[in-house]
Amino acid sequence: MNPGNTILLDHGSGGIASQELISQIFLKHLDNSILASLEDSAVMENHPGKIAFSTDSYVVDPIFFPGGNIGTLAVHGTINDLTMRGARPLCLSLGLILEEGFKLDDLERVIVSIAECAKSADVPIVTGDTKVVPRGKCDKIFINTSGIGIVEDGVNVSSTMAQEGDLILLSGSMGDHGITIMTRRAGISLDGNLASDSAALNELVALLLDKLPSGSLHTLRDPTRGGVATSLNEIAAAAGLAVEIDDQAIPVKPEVRAACEIMGLDPLYLANEGKCLALVAPEQAAKALQLMRSTAVGTDAAIIGSLKAGKAGQVVLRTAIGGSRIITPLHGEPLPRIC
Amino acid sequence: MKYLDEFRDQTLAEPLLKELRRSVTKPFRVMEVCGTHTMSIFRSGLRTLLPEEIELISGPGCPVCVTSASHIDAILAMAELQNTRIALFGDLFRVPGSNGLSLANASSQGAKVDIVYSPMDSLNLARKYPEELIVFLGVGFETTTPGIAATILAAKNSALDNFAVFSTHKTMPPPLLALLDDPELQIDGLLCPGHVSSIIGAGAYQPLADTYKLACVVGGFEPADILQALILMARQIANGEARVENAYTRAVRWEENSRAQQMVRAIFKTADMEWRGLGVIPESGLAIREEYSHYDAERRLNIKLTPATEPKGCRCGEILKGKEVPSQCPLYGKRCTPGNPVGPCMVSSEGTCAAFFKYTQ
Repeated sequence: MNPGNTILLDHGSGGIASQELISQIFLKHLDNSILASLEDSAVMENHPGKIAFSTDSYVVDPIFFPGGNIGTLAVHGTINDLTMRGARPLCLSLGLILEEGFKLDDLERVIVSIAECAKSADVPIVTGDTKVVPRGKCDKIFINTSGIGIVEDGVNVSSTMAQEGDLILLSGSMGDHGITIMTRRAGISLDGNLASDSAALNELVALLLDKLPSGSLHTLRDPTRGGVATSLNEIAAAAGLAVEIDDQAIPVKPEVRAACEIMGLDPLYLANEGKCLALVAPEQAAKALQLMRSTAVGTDAAIIGSLKAGKAGQVVLRTAIGGSRIITPLHGEPLPRIC
Repeated sequence: MKYLDEFRDQTLAEPLLKELRRSVTKPFRVMEVCGTHTMSIFRSGLRTLLPEEIELISGPGCPVCVTSASHIDAILAMAELQNTRIALFGDLFRVPGSNGLSLANASSQGAKVDIVYSPMDSLNLARKYPEELIVFLGVGFETTTPGIAATILAAKNSALDNFAVFSTHKTMPPPLLALLDDPELQIDGLLCPGHVSSIIGAGAYQPLADTYKLACVVGGFEPADILQALILMARQIANGEARVENAYTRAVRWEENSRAQQMVRAIFKTADMEWRGLGVIPESGLAIREEYSHYDAERRLNIKLTPATEPKGCRCGEILKGKEVPSQCPLYGKRCTPGNPVGPCMVSSEGTCAAFFKYTQ
């Protein structure tokens, strides 16, 4: 498209260069009949149920990391946000802000990942937009994805639905994404296989909604930025109840724990991009755990605690030595310590 | 994790707790000197398990907390200079100076501020930005000083010209001597810092034990380490003894780590140092020697420290001296929170106020 093989300001002009970008990268990889029509908006078929609508923007640095890249996060993130309300994701939009000079090869790698994730999760990209800003005005690539999902009649999943006695399930290990990004930024290489957990959770949640008795799945939350600690605080506050969790029941991979020790970080506060918390009526918790573990993204699922009467909004952790401590929401970004 | 999980295990902690309860014969007050001890005690929930007779007081061992407002003001002034880039460990990023602004604010205004994970990373910055002077903020106790001395040596050996260190390094026994001279501070024992002791050796606390009749026990940072140290302390107090014991033998010897200390002494010399909340303590800091003045940001940028006032109402000074607990500060949890810290004890992840806020709210 140009001899330098990089994004030019022309690629955002709306003219010939933009059309080349659309046809040679976007449609090549993201092709579907709705997107290919290149109309000003996508028109979806009529779907019964309530509409869920969500949006998120992705500005991660580095844009490529073990386990994924900015594109996989953009697709998985919005699919998961829809899914956490019990919605079946229907379609996504893709908004790109590209920095002049960004390598076309890297753009194509990101778009290929987006196409693979969308296909794998069966959620097509049906509309999009691209802008190019001068060098230095953004960092390589920023992505926004919005999504529409359908909440079937009878499904009501929300933090406010959480009830006393509910058991809290976590679909897998904590902090994989957050610590992977932080160690990459720090240039720290460690033994083990640190990798982001970037993944779509719609199949796992669909299984729970399908197989559990109606009304027994009360709350879903994906513990992204702020981690499990912040999500549990939000759930406890919305439910007006207390949360008690068991430190030893919470799955954390050994390499994640080791990296957290070195950097002085708490895995409870690190971001996850392919995990969910599920609050389930106690009599259905064992079944829900079995269902989670039957999926590829939920093999390490565990029951980590419960909702209790007590100080509304308070989260208490039972420690490995038998003590207890309060878990507050994250304040500011997690920063590595001096010593 | 090997060598960590074993020391966090309930099957190990329970018998230690039983033994501690047996060993305590009367109430006593212990100062945990080190911020890492403070955090570990809170994080493991140890406070909820200890016998009521043991009162824990947090001491001045968080390097971020004891960095004076005048030093922070000087750092902010350096950050505003053209062609200067500040490299620092993360937990100093949000510490406010005398006007309430921090490096986080300066960064948002365009100052060049980079969080690094090792002092050696700042040499990579020096190579990446040859037109800028990279100023690494040398904040910390004996634990971090050898690495920073090694960084200065590496800069010299590789003829890196655009690198300097702003040294507010502090050493551990002098502030303890200053604290213990205060008749208001009544403590029976010191839980001595494991990291620092691995460099200076357990023997460094002998004068404290002798002069102030204190039970001094060097402790590691895992719950079982701390319990073991408290058992030794409780036994000493029960027996009316006051001596130095080492409960962290897997990392600490009686003698100093001479290799690390020799490197530190080659680059640094002792100097008077201002501590937040404690004032100027003679020979409690480390300044860069004249032979390495090219790597001394204070001289190179002609930095003059100016007296700075602490934020109005902030009780960090009293908290660092162990005279008050965070909840006695009128700002605590109101104007001063981890999200919007007023005083340094709320800023650092190892600060007493941050620990109280995070784990006891």
